[in-house]
Amino acid sequence: MKKLMKDPLSLIVIGVAGQGNVVTSFLICDALVNEGYQVIFGQSYPAQQRGGPVINYIRISEDIQASPIIPEGRADVIVAMEPVEAMRMLNQYGNPDVITMVNPRPIQAIDTTGLGIKYPSVDKLMEDITALSAKTWVVLATEEARKLGNPIMANVILVGALVGSGVLPLDRKAMEPVLQERFPHALDINLKALDKGIELMKQYE
Amino acid sequence: MPDIDIDAPGKTLMLMGNEAIARGALEAGVGFIASYPGTPASEILPTLAGVAKRRNLYAEWSVNEMVAFMNAAAAATAGIRSMASMKQNGTNVALDFIATLVSNGLRGGAGLILVNADDPGRRNSPNEQDTRSVAKMLDIPMLEPGGFQEAKDMTRWLFELSEELDSLVMLRTVAKISHTRGNVTLGELSTREQKARFDLVPRIASWGQINPHARLHEKLNRAKEMFETSPFNRYIGPDVPDLMVISCGASFLYTMEAVRILGLKDQVGVLKLGTIWPLPEKLVEKYLQKTQQVLFIEEVHPFVEQSVMELIAGLGPSGPRPVFYGKRSGHIPSYGELTPDDAIRAIAKIVGIAYRSRDPEYAAKVQAASREEVILRPGTLCPGCPHRASYWAIHRALELDGREGFATADNGCMSAGYGPGGYFVAKIGGAMGGGAGLADGFGKLKRFGFTQPVIGGLGDSTFYHAGIPALLNAVWNQSDFTLVVYDNSATAMTGFQPHPGIGMTAMGEPGKAVPIEDICRAFGIRVEICEPFELEKTTATMLDVMRDEGHGPRVVIMRHECELQRARRESRPFEVSVDPDKCLGESCGCDRLCVRIFRCPGLKWNEQTGKSEIDEVICCGCGLCVDICPQGAIETKGAEEEVGSR
Repeated sequence: MKKLMKDPLSLIVIGVAGQGNVVTSFLICDALVNEGYQVIFGQSYPAQQRGGPVINYIRISEDIQASPIIPEGRADVIVAMEPVEAMRMLNQYGNPDVITMVNPRPIQAIDTTGLGIKYPSVDKLMEDITALSAKTWVVLATEEARKLGNPIMANVILVGALVGSGVLPLDRKAMEPVLQERFPHALDINLKALDKGIELMKQYE
Repeated sequence: MPDIDIDAPGKTLMLMGNEAIARGALEAGVGFIASYPGTPASEILPTLAGVAKRRNLYAEWSVNEMVAFMNAAAAATAGIRSMASMKQNGTNVALDFIATLVSNGLRGGAGLILVNADDPGRRNSPNEQDTRSVAKMLDIPMLEPGGFQEAKDMTRWLFELSEELDSLVMLRTVAKISHTRGNVTLGELSTREQKARFDLVPRIASWGQINPHARLHEKLNRAKEMFETSPFNRYIGPDVPDLMVISCGASFLYTMEAVRILGLKDQVGVLKLGTIWPLPEKLVEKYLQKTQQVLFIEEVHPFVEQSVMELIAGLGPSGPRPVFYGKRSGHIPSYGELTPDDAIRAIAKIVGIAYRSRDPEYAAKVQAASREEVILRPGTLCPGCPHRASYWAIHRALELDGREGFATADNGCMSAGYGPGGYFVAKIGGAMGGGAGLADGFGKLKRFGFTQPVIGGLGDSTFYHAGIPALLNAVWNQSDFTLVVYDNSATAMTGFQPHPGIGMTAMGEPGKAVPIEDICRAFGIRVEICEPFELEKTTATMLDVMRDEGHGPRVVIMRHECELQRARRESRPFEVSVDPDKCLGESCGCDRLCVRIFRCPGLKWNEQTGKSEIDEVICCGCGLCVDICPQGAIETKGAEEEVGSR
């Protein structure tokens, strides 16, 4: 078993309901369990099917069964499929050592109609997220997923980016069987998305 | 993930608490399981239904939880190990029969488990409830897993306990166990032979000679003896702790995290209870003697807290007299879902150490940025949801009618009717069937000067679950209202389970479909079926039916398949776009109707252009918004095949 950068390692995968961040988490967790780690995957989500943030808490350890919720201020890595959600998570779970991975593509809330509530400036958001993180990786997941043919594949691109970043004890080889299991009929395109994510992280090497 | 019935003892899988329960049942040789969908219990039944045929078991989505429980009870008394799973509201529905069955016992049949999943914080429920009290009320043993391995192992063992005591037993979980995934090491699958036979000679006489309640107390005493040495209760900590935390369920995981983070494992002991009712009194007393301070960390009710306090009160001056902390003392919140931070704060306060979750300078900075930049995201209906169309038509019909009419609603996706996603048309509702029963009541108030038109609301699955008796009552007693059944051909909120209108069973076999309209027409009342996406026609029909007053209830069925279910099969029907030349933006008299009132998440306002546009990442291509734009600026064209995740 590869040594974790911290034990337990606390990862948040956040998205707006419908973005598919639960699949991102599934893929990571399944691969980690296959590698022999103790993994806990807890979720918090709103009652409605759409609109609200969906928080995934992933705790990874060699031997500890951590709690299904990360305590305040104690996330090690935050993967956000949406920039406002990255800030929401930093507000609750951020700390000076946190690493953030952000897909900067905004998703409006139903009341950001430009009349009362305004969606914040994405540039300013990204600037603040960077200032509040030890390290920030910007991953244009939605944009790249659209080039692959479907924006929903941003979730698998982020899996690739996580693998490429080295924060998790996972490599491409560990991901193949889990992708095969989850997408038996769409393996090729999802492998492409995975590789795209790995490739996107090369700019940060 | 491999199949849940993989024959690989010793293998470790990542299982959701609910899947672990299902696996435990398989290892125990469950033969019969029935349920009705309800978060956070929904996944137990389909996990077993998926392997039912090859494991030779029977799995059923029943019409409601009471029927589900009756089914499981029948199978158990005929010698088949059985289980009924439900959320807390379902247990409420089934309670009448459960109470009767408990009183009579299982007639020496096979084990029967009631799995009740509670939802602290009521994230996906109409109410917050601690169903552990039901076990106490009914005098049945109740266990609660404090992890995922335990969820499996407890389920397996509970069948034995049930048979040993000839009693129903309850497994209580909370959402953060049921819906969290963790490592579970598998045991051996059962080779139990399933042979059903109902024994005509009752081994328990329950009529007259003895009050069966006496026997329940005898069973509970036996359960208590067994619990004293149960491996599901354990102590982790020093021999003589400064503080003893008594915890259970997900709270146990938060407690352990708190002790670890605070670095107090040499000062704080944790007594983790798995057998919650009846309380293993000797065990608890033994550990209470080791400490002067006790903190209870549990969710919702102070159930264990009160049981332990009662025990100590009963032991008198010679027993241990520790200081108690918990909900009563205000150290633990008296309602809602707990977090590890609740546990950290309570322990830190009692032990007298200062705890800071992070650097205060960082905290100040991040809070300042968040105040500016973190917008709220109110929940809403999905893009393409047929309920949006139905609610839009009802909202319009109520406005056109102008008599201060209102709608009722029931659970699941229909609850969006109270908020902006449903244009606030729903004003009151609640439990399954409540949308019909309440409307039935309102419909009789004319004699008291009530003039407002009432639109009762039910989902399709709810219609079958609890709507039929209310509608029948309304027909019989001639209540004046319109019942709308929002038929999206799915129990969508909980994961697209089939219901009696679908004609497919939980095990994927053809059943007999019973259409909603057939039932309503059999009552001899007016029934209209609308395609809600035809907004104008639906609005006109609604208005006409609402005004067709004076001869009892009428029914409008809004029929359009759940978009999420459709999207699992097919690509989006249209590419939708806003023609910037036709959209008049801020200068249009509609005052941003599409983003401000209609509010489909697929529409957004472009600050730069001052016009509306489609978010092509969110839009599902249903085209409903085309009909609401007064300028006809929203356009559709055929969409291309999507690739990827389907």
